[in-house]
Amino acid sequence: MMLRDVAPAGPLAARWQRRRSELELVGPTRRRQHQVIVVGAGLAGASAAATLGELGYRVRCLTFHDSPRRAHSVAAQGGINAARDAANDGDSVERLFHDTLEGGDFRSRESNVYRLAELSARIIDQAVAQGVPFAREYGGHLATRSFGGALVSRTFYARGQTGQQLLLGAYQALAKEVAAGGVTVLARREMLDLIVVDGRARGVIARDLVSGALEAHVADAVVLATGGYANVYFLSTNAKASNATAIWRAHRRGAAFANPGFVQFHPTCLPAAGEQQAKLTLMSESLRNDARLWVPRRPGDARRPEAIPEAERDYFLERRYPRYGNLVPRDLGSRAAKTVCDEGHGVGSGGRAVYLDLRDAAARVGAGVLRERYGNLFELYRHITGDDPLEIPMRVAPAAHYTMGGLWVDYDLMSTIPGLFVIGEANFSDQGANRLGASALMQGLADGYFILPCTLAGYLAGARLAPVAEDGAEATAARAEVRARLEKLLALSGRRTASDFHRALGRVLWDACGLERSRDGLAKAIDEVAALREAFWDDVTVPGGPGELNQELERAGRVADFLELGELMCRDALAREESCGCHFRVEHQTPEGEARRDDDGFAHVAVWMPGAAGRGPQSLLEPLRFETLALRERLYR
Amino acid sequence: MKVALRIWRQRDASDRGGFVRYQMRDLAPDTTVLEALDDLNEWLVGRGEPPVAFDSDCREGICGACGIVVDGRPHGPVPGTTTCLLPLRAFRDGATITLEPFRTGVFPVVRDLVVDRSALDRVVQAGGYVSVRTGSAPDAGALPVARDAAERALDAAACIGCGACVAACPNGAVSLFVGAKLTHLAALPQGQPERARRTQGLVAAADHEGFGGCTLHGECQAACPKHIDLDVIARLNRDYLTAALARWWGHA
Repeated sequence: MMLRDVAPAGPLAARWQRRRSELELVGPTRRRQHQVIVVGAGLAGASAAATLGELGYRVRCLTFHDSPRRAHSVAAQGGINAARDAANDGDSVERLFHDTLEGGDFRSRESNVYRLAELSARIIDQAVAQGVPFAREYGGHLATRSFGGALVSRTFYARGQTGQQLLLGAYQALAKEVAAGGVTVLARREMLDLIVVDGRARGVIARDLVSGALEAHVADAVVLATGGYANVYFLSTNAKASNATAIWRAHRRGAAFANPGFVQFHPTCLPAAGEQQAKLTLMSESLRNDARLWVPRRPGDARRPEAIPEAERDYFLERRYPRYGNLVPRDLGSRAAKTVCDEGHGVGSGGRAVYLDLRDAAARVGAGVLRERYGNLFELYRHITGDDPLEIPMRVAPAAHYTMGGLWVDYDLMSTIPGLFVIGEANFSDQGANRLGASALMQGLADGYFILPCTLAGYLAGARLAPVAEDGAEATAARAEVRARLEKLLALSGRRTASDFHRALGRVLWDACGLERSRDGLAKAIDEVAALREAFWDDVTVPGGPGELNQELERAGRVADFLELGELMCRDALAREESCGCHFRVEHQTPEGEARRDDDGFAHVAVWMPGAAGRGPQSLLEPLRFETLALRERLYR
Repeated sequence: MKVALRIWRQRDASDRGGFVRYQMRDLAPDTTVLEALDDLNEWLVGRGEPPVAFDSDCREGICGACGIVVDGRPHGPVPGTTTCLLPLRAFRDGATITLEPFRTGVFPVVRDLVVDRSALDRVVQAGGYVSVRTGSAPDAGALPVARDAAERALDAAACIGCGACVAACPNGAVSLFVGAKLTHLAALPQGQPERARRTQGLVAAADHEGFGGCTLHGECQAACPKHIDLDVIARLNRDYLTAALARWWGHA
């Protein structure tokens, strides 16, 4: 099978415009005849559903939440990047492209990344027009701040709740289209399978989470906007319900999965505190505009942080990366924190945390200014720990946060199943081996507002689609498979809870497929995950029935899929015999302990097709070509 | 800490429901009420019993999914916090903590502590937006917005749509929620063209959904986890009156 990215050739800056003019259009009256399903209502899903509704398509938007406004995009804190050169500090589309490609350690497509940078400015236009209250300077103009991996100030923000405000913009746009009648939002529906007819995606099987009914929704195209899978680690910064089921079920139906092992660990999260802890909480990267990360120089120094004099503090990021200092990309920040903790300098319970200290910034600009910039983060921190970060430095540690891997898509954001589009974090497209801060919101909205509406039209205009019925053969078969799987889960009546298996899976992956990976560790983990999966299907217990609100049944289904995905992540990490971005293989490092890429052997996207029954996954490669930027070692020192 | 949870159990909308008391094992004081529920649920599941159904997702106070009446108050006794961030240390050791769903006719109970808050979405659909098509937005840099206006808008836009204001209100009114949305958009130049229409639309939709009338008890403000101020209701009333007068004089 050949993977074609369908990006046009020619100068990078002209490619998206060229693709747009190549793509055929669907006329306004014909759009009304096309039904489109959008699964997920976060930034990508809501912006896509709203925009498709405006264009005149009939759209069904499914969300497993009780309201589209709850999608996990809401929790994004720090900001959204855009190349507007608002700070007159030398920013440009080229520079954002360059930073994003280099931040991703040259493991993403030039064409996609350039398009993202090109569209970034229009996202801000759109959001401001919707009434998103971005931070303003006294003169009334848009304020910006800096994020990791950039030497310019291009991140637009609304305090520490930028994701919430952008999501409300998209949610309100969606509400407008619901009122106009073109979009139907189906809340509390979870997609459990994809309906494929004649090789094309033609609908989904969804469970009504309140009644338990299994519904077939058929359409001319399906858009997955279901987010990432960092919850595979059990503890992550993702919301509790975030899961991989939609993309994993699509994968099982033939959609290729790309770079599953590329997971971002965010360096500044609140460390795990106890057995009952449900999730980890992020402290925005934006804090690193003003905060300094440090550990005591003396290993095991148990003094309170304020009692440790300046000369006995190791500002390890500033020491290791003088050029970018505290604003290095997340992969480097997390690994540097792990290194100092491994050497015994870590603080907090278990010695796995480092200090994030705002003291110097408070002295420079005053506590009031800092509260204005980060007020809601300080409040969140105080709620959780009981401390005020302006009095006592925060204790932070790395945590699983974002997945660069996802379903493989071409330049049109279409998966290997024609008619199945994947947008936002659910796809793999733009972030390479490491995503820069404030780029996830940018990608979700670029995909949903601007890219998908064009490329979907191109597909629909060219596709010959026979009518499909909700009780057609394929839909009926898919529904029967889903029902059988749910009934199997309910019938097992074993001794262990789904959460118990999930926790065990998380420990295996955190140790073997986390911040550092090794050949032996990964090989062992593959066996361990397989054994856990076998034990799960033998010994899990799920009370209740299928025809009711059954949150444990929802959880068990998601954990079952994580147990399959976890193995693929390890296989992917094992096959990539190099270090790049988040993927740090201990066998491949420089004498300074930095990632050593192998551009001759691994400048490619690792693409995995589901194996036939009883066979392992099949590996394909999409070579990456770098025509504009020369491959080089990342220069953050 | 040793606490007991007294929890409202109700199988579905047609079930009458009632309280069940669970003695919890020793838990750390930093454990949140929802983590205690997680712990209880894992124990129940392990025994083959149906766990307590409750909505929650982000666990950091921003998604608005959680919402439980804790000891008689929506989101519990600590001001400015959501249920997901409410730690056991806010209670005394040995306490019995009562957990109930939001009680208001407009939010029917789905199961246990889960309620149906879709009425709030329908209120927003009645005009809680700026009508701008994707792609037609002008250059964002061309529209200065006074810093104070942007901050005021953000204070109101901080609403997470949890519905605690409705649950706290003796009348079951939704004025804080509606006022927050209207204040957010009315504070900005982008929100002006549809201001009157939006105000009337949201108020009419709230009436249609069956929310009660506001008599300014102020319980909503006390329960709001995001400190939305009662001022937004004053603004709502002023805008509603202005819109009604303008319509009466034939200007709208």
